[in-house]
Amino acid sequence: MTNVLVDETSNNLNQPGEPESWRRFFTFSTDHKVIGIQYIVTAFFFFLVGGIFAMVIRGELITPEADLVDRTVYNAMFTLHGTVMLFLWTFPVLSGLANYLVPLMIGARDMAFPRLNAVAFWMVPVFGIVLMGSFLAPGGPSQAGWWAYPPVSLQNPSGALINGQFLWLLAVALSGVSSIMGAVNIVTTIVRMRAPGMTFFRMPIFVWAVMSAQIIQLFGLPALTAGAVMLLFDLTLGTAFFDPIKGGDPILFQHFFWFYSHPAVYVIILPIFGIFSELFPVYARKPLFGYKVVAISSLVIVALSAVVWVHHMFASGTPGWMRMLFMFSTMLISVPTGIKVFAWVATIWGGKIRLTSAMLFALGGLVMFVFAGITGIMLASAPMDIHVNNTYFVVGHFHYVIFGATVMGVYAALYHWFPKMTGRMYNEGLGQLHFVLTFIGANLNFFPMHPLGLEGMPRRVASYDPEFAFWNVIASIGAFLLGMSTLPFILNMVGSWVQGEKAPDNPWRAIGIEWLVSSPPTHENFEVLPIVVSDPYGYGKSDPLVSNADALEVAHEQH
Amino acid sequence: MKLRTGLILTAAAIVLAVISLWVGQQAYTWMPPQASAESILVDNLFSFLVTIGTFIFLGVFVAIAYAVLFQRAGKYDFSDGPHIEGNVTLEVVWTAIPFALVIWIAAYSFQIYDQMSILGPMEHVHMGMAEAAPMGSNEGDKPIEVLARQWTWEFRYPEQNINSTELHLPSNQRATLLLKSEDVIHGFFVPAFRVKQDVIPGEDIIFEFTPVREGKYRLRDSQYSGTYFAAMQTDVVVESPEAHRQWLAEAAAQPPMVAYNEAYADYTKASEKGSRAGWKTVPPAPPPLVNYSGSPLTQE
Repeated sequence: MTNVLVDETSNNLNQPGEPESWRRFFTFSTDHKVIGIQYIVTAFFFFLVGGIFAMVIRGELITPEADLVDRTVYNAMFTLHGTVMLFLWTFPVLSGLANYLVPLMIGARDMAFPRLNAVAFWMVPVFGIVLMGSFLAPGGPSQAGWWAYPPVSLQNPSGALINGQFLWLLAVALSGVSSIMGAVNIVTTIVRMRAPGMTFFRMPIFVWAVMSAQIIQLFGLPALTAGAVMLLFDLTLGTAFFDPIKGGDPILFQHFFWFYSHPAVYVIILPIFGIFSELFPVYARKPLFGYKVVAISSLVIVALSAVVWVHHMFASGTPGWMRMLFMFSTMLISVPTGIKVFAWVATIWGGKIRLTSAMLFALGGLVMFVFAGITGIMLASAPMDIHVNNTYFVVGHFHYVIFGATVMGVYAALYHWFPKMTGRMYNEGLGQLHFVLTFIGANLNFFPMHPLGLEGMPRRVASYDPEFAFWNVIASIGAFLLGMSTLPFILNMVGSWVQGEKAPDNPWRAIGIEWLVSSPPTHENFEVLPIVVSDPYGYGKSDPLVSNADALEVAHEQH
Repeated sequence: MKLRTGLILTAAAIVLAVISLWVGQQAYTWMPPQASAESILVDNLFSFLVTIGTFIFLGVFVAIAYAVLFQRAGKYDFSDGPHIEGNVTLEVVWTAIPFALVIWIAAYSFQIYDQMSILGPMEHVHMGMAEAAPMGSNEGDKPIEVLARQWTWEFRYPEQNINSTELHLPSNQRATLLLKSEDVIHGFFVPAFRVKQDVIPGEDIIFEFTPVREGKYRLRDSQYSGTYFAAMQTDVVVESPEAHRQWLAEAAAQPPMVAYNEAYADYTKASEKGSRAGWKTVPPAPPPLVNYSGSPLTQE
């Protein structure tokens, strides 16, 4: 069954022997590796765009008065910063990594539905352009925050039919459709296309984590996408799902929104957990501690993530019993998460550690994640949350998750798999400089948000009382440093890709199917599918991972 | 060897515990002044969470830092570490302890929330039904109405027929507010009281707390409400019951005047000059007519 699927796609869509030209990155390619890199590069472009929005925000907040930009511009900036960073950077870059790595890691020649895969990717630039185009709409881009809570999101001061909020909702709905396509593809691939011998409990944790994350997309995204479409109808066609003046319920939208958008955090963080679980064994030369428990804990997180969303609404129109119920469920999620953290520490402990750029980013990301986990427990506690809800404490918490853990984890993954993706080695010195700037910048930027929130500074404000000035100045300096930190990274990636040292198949002496094939792997990855005979992470013993390591790439050597 | 490891671990745990308890005490100073009965409860909870959080963070951080500093591979050492796949006892322990810990934290939080009873006593009914019988504990029995609109706070004392843009409350008495919004969702937030509640159009919410410390505190909109969201702030004055009665009498005698409103003033000034930059916005509501408007031009 599995092989039939693969052969069909290869016959229809790929011309073997076609030269590997850089032009393939600008085509409707169905090669999962090309699509993976397309996702990553496109996402990184939007990461820089979202970063520029963040610079404008931090520039405004360096002084208490609203003096750098108009309040409407500021509100558009934080709305688009959040939207771009989530829907155009974090989700696509993780889709890119999953696309590139999953087929290689499970020993498949491509994804289950290569054309669907390409369509899902090409929707990203389309809704990216729709969203950026909203700058040209009458009334400017959406200024309702990335939650788009009605009634603010329904106010439409410009009165135009095609307004910023309309385009925003259209972009989010398209993003939802694209992600659902991607999720169907990835889950099918993992379930149906594993190589012979690749049982579920021989899959690398990254694959487990990606599968778990994509299952969340499948059950959660329809709620958000439906909510976005209903809001679009309210805004454009005059329906009254959420408009209180016409008898709608604005709180209903919050439920639709958070039913997906909290689990979305796990869609983001689970693959990062997967990256940590891959990298620590390689750079500490030890097996992942408690593999099965770490694998299962991802699924436990998926189940719990579906029943915690109301913790975003502790100060909203929710009754006390609901707040208490969701406080308990939210706290429970720290148990499977804690299991993972302890497993990583035990993996590192007693190992033979090498601090490459990838390992530095993974360790930095882990430390920042632990901090975020602790503030997360505080936020889960309803009485505490009521004080800090919608303050900078929350902003600090989730930037430790989304930047501290996630972006650092993505950087770690990009360094680790860069030789595999490009066939070149990166510059270690620039990588370490990048780490130092990023780690300092991130902590300077996001730590001050915690004291600010505790003192009562609300999020999303363009101006604030002078008592908050001190920590805001520090945060802004950190933000500018963080902006600068991307320069050595870009220099390193572009420079190394063009003229870096040629990479061997397995520069890190890592155990994993992707490291058994050439860098970069050929079209279709494997001439002969690998036959897996061992558990993953066999560091410290010398069992072969597959029984036919030498046969995987006969075709490649004939070229 | 085992005994030695045990002793080292115990000693490390004691050192971490002492540090964590100290940090937990510092946590009180990271908060605004304790101006309500609820703030004391929340700060105790926060201190407890900081103590536990510090212990966990330092425990993990010290372990990682030790490994990174002292367990590095030599430059030419290409051997692997020991092949350890797991340890069932250890895994059971680090599942059970966090589980017990979160049950403890959740139970303690539940107790605090129950004592605060900011939405009235916790009954297992939907808020819409609980509204029917508001617990009036203000002096006058009728709750003070909090009227939120883009972008102004207005407070109405129905017994005395007073409208004000500054909230005055007697100290050491349960304050009962009726939160209403006329346009979008706003958030009633007084950091010094540690209480917050979204104000939802079409839904009247009864909200309670007990101010205990006299003074002037900031009241902020905590739910993003559009263009001039950040300007939607005012003051809460907590005064002795005598001073409060006097204020009520004086305010009631004042003829209504147009209050100062930052959003409206900014918007009108910029529009008149034709210099409003940025995009078209929802115009701010006209400032309300009030008997008392605080001292708007001398904001702290």
